[in-house]
Amino acid sequence: MSQIFDRVLDARGLNCPMPLVSARKEIGNLEPGQILKVLSTDRGSVADFQGWAKVAKNVELVGQETETMDGASVYVHFVKRAS
Amino acid sequence: MEPSSIPQSIPQPTLEDKVRALEQRLAALEERAPEDRVSLIVFSGDLDRVLAAFVIATGAAAMGQQVSMFFTFWGLAVLKKSTELSGKSFFQKAMAVMSPGSSESLPVSKMNYFGVGAKMLRTMMKQRNVTSLEGMMQLARELGVRMIACEMSRDLMGIQPAELQDGLECGGVAAFLADSLKSRTSLFI
Repeated sequence: MSQIFDRVLDARGLNCPMPLVSARKEIGNLEPGQILKVLSTDRGSVADFQGWAKVAKNVELVGQETETMDGASVYVHFVKRAS
Repeated sequence: MEPSSIPQSIPQPTLEDKVRALEQRLAALEERAPEDRVSLIVFSGDLDRVLAAFVIATGAAAMGQQVSMFFTFWGLAVLKKSTELSGKSFFQKAMAVMSPGSSESLPVSKMNYFGVGAKMLRTMMKQRNVTSLEGMMQLARELGVRMIACEMSRDLMGIQPAELQDGLECGGVAAFLADSLKSRTSLFI
């Protein structure tokens, strides 16, 4: 089953800390309860998004997966705006 | 002798008194509890170190932390936008001439080779699509990072307020400590 989401942020090609910073900006455009799907090619973003969800009160990490697109690994994060 | 009368003479605190005393202690503890705050001292004026400082600052701000950056000594060069020689003492002029004129001319801490190393690093960053230092500074401002220029070292080095970027705060050790004492993380870079 694939995860449902409300909005997609393509952060492919961006490096630390940009996937996190742009996701932080984008999640502000969501309504509480909505889910943002973030695509990133930064391998460090996997741990970064886990850390973000652990620290921030209004963010919840509902899923993470790795896909292969055009021969490159893409790390996909599903972030829910909790409040 | 009647020893049994002694315990009765000691007043026993009521439960209410105990609760009140505990509430006061809790309030005092809460006052001193750290906030979601990160404080950085940027002492270095080396491109690589300053870059690390801004990655931490923007990352922390994105994670919902309040971030304060305190720029002192060589770190002040990061905030410079121009160089003005008039009104400076001989030594201050010498220092101004030998120091970077802005963030764009910062050296690297290793393998600088008169600026070639710094140019190389910037080129490599561009190739790898890493945000430039100037881009991160802009980002830090957008994310509400507090930037404080150390008044004492600015004055000592003869850097005039007009030589620094706009929108900065100025302060001393207490301005930094007021934030760092309430931080979970404080770093000296």
